Amino acid sequence: MKKELLKLLSTNARYTVEQLAVMMAATPEAVAAEIDALEKEGVICGYKTVIDWEKVDSTSVSAIIELNVVPKADLGFEEVAEKVASYPEVEAVYLMSGGYDLNVVVKGKNLQDVSRFVARELATIDSVTSTATHFVMRRYKEMDVKLIETEKDDRGTFLL
Amino acid sequence: MIDYSKILSDTVQNIKPSGIRKFFDIAATMDDVISLGVGEPDFQTPWSVRKAGITSLEKGKTKYTSNSGLNELRQEISKYTALKCGVEYDPLSEILISVGGSEAIDATLRAIITPGDEVIIPQPSYVCYEPITELCGGVPVIIETLAENDFKVTPEQLKNAISNKTKALILPYPCNPTGAIMEKADLEALAKILRDTNILVISDEIYSELTFGENAHTSIASIEGMRERTILINGFSKAFSMTGWRLGYACGPKEIISQITKIHQFAIMCAPTTAQYAAIEALKNCSETVADMKAEYNRRRRLIVDGFNKAGLTCREPKGAFYAFPCIKSTGLTSEEFCEKLLEAKHVAVVPGTAFGKGGEGFVRASYCYSTEHIVEALKRIDEFVKELKK
Repeated sequence: MKKELLKLLSTNARYTVEQLAVMMAATPEAVAAEIDALEKEGVICGYKTVIDWEKVDSTSVSAIIELNVVPKADLGFEEVAEKVASYPEVEAVYLMSGGYDLNVVVKGKNLQDVSRFVARELATIDSVTSTATHFVMRRYKEMDVKLIETEKDDRGTFLL
Repeated sequence: MIDYSKILSDTVQNIKPSGIRKFFDIAATMDDVISLGVGEPDFQTPWSVRKAGITSLEKGKTKYTSNSGLNELRQEISKYTALKCGVEYDPLSEILISVGGSEAIDATLRAIITPGDEVIIPQPSYVCYEPITELCGGVPVIIETLAENDFKVTPEQLKNAISNKTKALILPYPCNPTGAIMEKADLEALAKILRDTNILVISDEIYSELTFGENAHTSIASIEGMRERTILINGFSKAFSMTGWRLGYACGPKEIISQITKIHQFAIMCAPTTAQYAAIEALKNCSETVADMKAEYNRRRRLIVDGFNKAGLTCREPKGAFYAFPCIKSTGLTSEEFCEKLLEAKHVAVVPGTAFGKGGEGFVRASYCYSTEHIVEALKRIDEFVKELKK
């Protein structure tokens, strides 16, 4: 049940407990208890809305920053990753394999805002050796949801 | 002035046009219609299948195949049918690849009917059996399956329908539109009656992958003594989301398949080559994708059945295909009135049960080939509609 429940919630967090129960042939009580447990265990970390901000506030800007970092002897990347994650401007932080170490997603009001944040905050962290900033030009898909005009349902409505 | 009625065949002119055409024309003019009307999957054909079609085009596989279809595809169908139905068919002489299940149904009926022969057709069911039988000069004998029998054909009904002119029985299970299935015991009871006759069973098993009960689909061809008197028809449209590829097949005794192949050869030549290459990939490598789609259909099925029942429209559990068939008698409306009023008031399109035979009166067909969000919205509007009717 756990896996199916998570899969359903990951596609639509607004399913009611009742709807989830019906779809999984379970009782609402069991579903509610499972969701509670998953929240407490930290498996479900939050519920957010997928928003196409361009339609509301076209001035906001996102960038992906590649950080190269010298890991600390005892803490590895944890210390710096935690510091980076603590900034409200930072939406996501990932430790990467390959050409660089930390992938940081940053949001700001405009280009200058983001540039300033990278230069003044991220680049100045002791263990950060270099940064490369890539601004997002257009979003096509966010959290599995297509933001561009999707194809219309062109199935013939009167096909029997 | 030319008199077209003199040109057209009497048989064709006598075929009843679908009475619900007008209703659907209205639906087509509304741009905010929430439809539960279509009879085809919303899923895309699995990517690997589309890729196989593309690759075959890149390699220039654009010629006719043999009349019966690609050898490799017939071998895969043979394996698949042995695995799923427990019936073995010789790929070379007992399998014909057709243009959708539809062509296989048409060619089979044409191969067996001599004018005046009777064909037993259970209804409510898919709309093609009756007109094709008539086009062949056959006489449709309708069995009205009943809700209290879970829309199955009962042995008594079959016995009563058989005469000395009976040529064939159509067995369309899992059933569009009722969602009914025939389980092993049900089929054995029919087999008992058919075993000593010269009646052919045309088993349309196009929804065979989509059953939701404890047991997987059973084919009547797997019941003792039935293989020699059954043409098993299946296809790729529903299970593999390949409706537009137009690919199906018929399996049966070589004495019949060879005759059906003659018709296919003259009328069609061969099924689309690109689709045949794609179908090989579907049978070889797509069982997981099919299972995922089925799991999603099952969730939607539970959601839609629950929604109709909560709205006060009794809906039995459909055990197969991808349709719910709720009873709307409690509203006091006929099926067509219900559908027209629902469309007018709430812009939701469902299909009147009567489109599938007189026995569909009192029911409507709602497809769940739609996203759960779409289904939830449609159910909300249907619930409001039923409540407003009661006021």
